Amino acid sequence: MLCQECHKNDANIHIIKSIDGKQTEEFLCEQCARKREELDFSCEPQFSLHKLFASMLNQGLLESRQAMLAAKNQCPECGLSFAQFSQVGRLGCSSCYEAFEDSLKPLLRRIHASSTHTGKIPVRTQKRAKYKRELDQLKEDLQLKIEKEEFEEAAVLRDKIKAMEKDLARGIQQQEKKHNHNQKKEPEEGDQN
Amino acid sequence: MKQLQHSLSRWMEGGGPQSETVISSRVRAARNIKDYPFSCLASEEQSKAVLDKINTGTRGKEEFEGFRYLTMQDISELEKQCLVEKHLISPFLARESHSGALFLRQDEAVSIMINEEDHLRIQCILPGLRLEEAWKEAGCYDDILEGELEYVFDERYGYLTACPTNVGTGLRASVMLHLPALITTGQINRFLGALSQVGLTVRGLYGEGTEIVGNLVQVSNQVTLGHSEEEIISNLGSVVGQVIEQEQQARQAILDKKRDELTDKAWRALGLLKYSQLMSSQEAIVLLSDLRLGYDLGLIKEVNHKLLNELLVLIRSGCLQLLAGRTLDSQERSLERPVQIKQTLERFSKKHN
Repeated sequence: MLCQECHKNDANIHIIKSIDGKQTEEFLCEQCARKREELDFSCEPQFSLHKLFASMLNQGLLESRQAMLAAKNQCPECGLSFAQFSQVGRLGCSSCYEAFEDSLKPLLRRIHASSTHTGKIPVRTQKRAKYKRELDQLKEDLQLKIEKEEFEEAAVLRDKIKAMEKDLARGIQQQEKKHNHNQKKEPEEGDQN
Repeated sequence: MKQLQHSLSRWMEGGGPQSETVISSRVRAARNIKDYPFSCLASEEQSKAVLDKINTGTRGKEEFEGFRYLTMQDISELEKQCLVEKHLISPFLARESHSGALFLRQDEAVSIMINEEDHLRIQCILPGLRLEEAWKEAGCYDDILEGELEYVFDERYGYLTACPTNVGTGLRASVMLHLPALITTGQINRFLGALSQVGLTVRGLYGEGTEIVGNLVQVSNQVTLGHSEEEIISNLGSVVGQVIEQEQQARQAILDKKRDELTDKAWRALGLLKYSQLMSSQEAIVLLSDLRLGYDLGLIKEVNHKLLNELLVLIRSGCLQLLAGRTLDSQERSLERPVQIKQTLERFSKKHN
């Protein structure tokens, strides 16, 4: 079928309009369809396939960058290489300890008494561990309630868990720290002397 | 507020347990803040953000009232040098830090360095052998700061630090010892090897890489991971206790044999300090050691620890130039040094006679 507008090109676009219950049909070629202002092609870039590809590509790049960093023995967080560390003797960020763990462990054992900390623990960390334990317990309770089909109580627990998870993500709420930092830190359990 | 070169740091006041051999006890804790790279990799902006974060955390806290806040950017090179010479900041903070800053307690016993090799170095330095007390003080500020800031802490490796030699407790405890008898008799060499075997290191007056002058040595812990803070401190304390005992025995032995010579040496030292016209810092440190030994053995009563500590600091190039009020070259410093020493000695004898 030829385009109903130019009568030259093949009509490959079929437009059906329905206005006030009255239906009209048109068969147009692409060029003529574009000329019609009522047909908004501007949505095209928003749906953009290339954006989708780019993000997939980026994801791929990111993964390959991390793979590359790992292969080069570089920290994925700060990019410091183990070779650089060996020269300077200083690590770049806290993630370096994990990134270079295999190489650092024997080094730490050589310098220090052991490779496990037995000293002071920040109060905040102690609190967080306790908070996490509480949260795990609540999750277990929630599972039980669901199994018992006590949904009303389960909903209460669910909301509590949600709120606590939010708090945890925020680094445990401000009011806790206000009265905590004045308290004396207790030595870690099993700490000798 | 008194200028740095005129204020006496708490450790310089002297006194405290074992003050005949122990000049000062110092404890410092290294801490880093979450979400920022360590100082050596941090950009100018990130270092500034760390500084802002710490400032916000300390603002309005009554514990920090009366603290002096100094940024490395705003103080002169000489002032920085003077702070190093008083052991209140590290050479790293003075020379290499980006957005480096210092919180200094009024008595200059507690100093909190910001953007040092680690984001925070919390230090307490006291006169005499008082490691437990120094840790208690530093730990107290550590607790306050931790309430405001989230530190990087790993359950296995403890406090994470830029240098793996500090990881774990992040604690470095050190004692400044005056060991004239052990050093002059060469007995110190027996200790040096033994100390490293028990996880301790010995360094000169101004830390890493400095030689031993004026019979002053710093003994500090090497191990920071695997021992608790209390273990580190009691280990250092007990080893230092043995060194002190040996030093006392060696002093007694010399005193029994050479009392007159020692007395003469102390008085000569005082004479040279009082009347010389040209003096290097090296010479001054050696003379101050002779004088200190004479005082500690009861052979000369014209000085005290406070005066000796004050002199030990003012003869150093940074403090000396600050006192003179201008920059001086090496020759000018050698001329200025005896002038400042003499003034200080005269002020002291006026006050005590």
